[in-house]
Amino acid sequence: MIYFDKVTKIYFTGTPPAVEDITLSVDPGEFVSIVGHSGAGKTTLLKMLFAEVEPTIGAVYFGSHEIGKLSDNDLLKLRRKIGTIFQDFRLLSTKNVYENIAFALEVAGRSDEDIAGDVPHVLDLVGLTDKIWNFPHELSGGEQQRVAIARAIVNQPDVLIADEPTGNLDPINAHDVVEILKKINDLGTTVLLTTHNKSVVDSVGRRVITMDRGRLVRDDKHGKYSL
Amino acid sequence: MHTMSHWTTIKRVARYGFVGFIRNGFVSLAGILIMTITLFVVAGLMISSAALSSVLKQLTDKVDVTIYFVTDATEAQIMDMKKTIEALPQVATITYVTREEALAQFRARHKNDQLTMQALEELGGNPLGASLEVRAKETSQYEAIAKYLEAQQASRTEAGAKIEKVNFYQNKTAIDRLTNIIQTSKQLGIAISLILGFASVLIAFNTIRLAIYTSRDEIGVMNLVGASRWFVRGPFVIAGILYGVISGVIVLLLLYPLTLWLGPGSERFLGSFNAFSYYIDSFLPLFAAVMGSGVALGALSSYLAVRRYLRT
Repeated sequence: MIYFDKVTKIYFTGTPPAVEDITLSVDPGEFVSIVGHSGAGKTTLLKMLFAEVEPTIGAVYFGSHEIGKLSDNDLLKLRRKIGTIFQDFRLLSTKNVYENIAFALEVAGRSDEDIAGDVPHVLDLVGLTDKIWNFPHELSGGEQQRVAIARAIVNQPDVLIADEPTGNLDPINAHDVVEILKKINDLGTTVLLTTHNKSVVDSVGRRVITMDRGRLVRDDKHGKYSL
Repeated sequence: MHTMSHWTTIKRVARYGFVGFIRNGFVSLAGILIMTITLFVVAGLMISSAALSSVLKQLTDKVDVTIYFVTDATEAQIMDMKKTIEALPQVATITYVTREEALAQFRARHKNDQLTMQALEELGGNPLGASLEVRAKETSQYEAIAKYLEAQQASRTEAGAKIEKVNFYQNKTAIDRLTNIIQTSKQLGIAISLILGFASVLIAFNTIRLAIYTSRDEIGVMNLVGASRWFVRGPFVIAGILYGVISGVIVLLLLYPLTLWLGPGSERFLGSFNAFSYYIDSFLPLFAAVMGSGVALGALSSYLAVRRYLRT
């Protein structure tokens, strides 16, 4: 479903590549953890999936489409099929929890009735029903990340990209977030997770890809964190 | 994929525009304040340019060339002269003042001056001659008209011989100076308007840009969840339009007491121009200019500012 074809990314000519000659494919329904030190190229790899970064060499495919060749309009549709969560949550600070999640549905053109039904449902899934009218700054880090997850999955995306989702969370909240990601994966969504948290990777216990200085150095079907 | 009706999108964009405007209260307040000042400058420039034109017109109207005829000039001779002058391309109007009218005007002017009135009585009859007051289309044309009249007087034609004097040369310095002042103040007025207008537009534009700069991360997030360009931009443009409309209303409302207060003073100082009457009489163009520039400035600034942070 996702295919990186000999992908290299050089941000500034003359600097070493952030990502170098990566070939990688991910099947539907997989849970892939990408590990590596800071600067190993994990985030760059993910950003190429939702077209925030373009590869310098090579191509990235989503299904049968090459991402770099999508029109603006198709790119918007692609982004609605990919849910994203980040270390810094990236919620809309002037919108409350309900509106943050509803926003993702509104941009996809869903009806008001659908939205009124789906938002409470997905908040129930991440266990935040009682915070529905709160604003992001009134929530803890763990709660904010769960709102971000709710927003990422409410459009029922094919893929969920989680870039260091536990980076700003304490171990208990980190554990909760990983459990939610596993649940989402069990429901059929492909999950791509980057992290440098050993216990997170070990608790997932699925495919682990290890990156080092832009290169893919290991790809284990049932991996553990090893660096 | 569901198809989104345009109406739904417009409704959502409008709602987010209003909600964002209210929730970003402090930023909105700053935007409105700056915009209010800008629109005040716009309105002020309009009013002062109207005042300037009115004063200039009034001054221009005061300038004329008067031809005084000797007392025994016949009406036919004066009419003859009038016809000749009317044929000149520079002449706008000619007013004929008869001897009787000249006397009546003289009496009216000196009615409190016992000595002069006495002298007039002693003279008996009417010592004043008829005159023609000639107005040119432009102040700079008086010289040409005066030259022509001088030539007429020198030519000793039947009518020309009856000219007692042409008062242009007494007024020449005043007319020249006025011509200069009019030219300069017109140019100065345009220059000042341009500079002030440009500066205030720039300040308003920058304030809105700063307001949107604080939202750049949000714009990034909206892009990320697949919001189309207009879905991201629309609410900001609507907030910008709201700044313009609200500031416009504030300015137009404040102008009422302000011009009411300035009205009598402006009339005393400038003669025919009353700021309050201008406000009342020209409310529609004033409204159109203030609201139009407010809405355009708000919408355009927001549009351009958001464009910087869009990534689709």
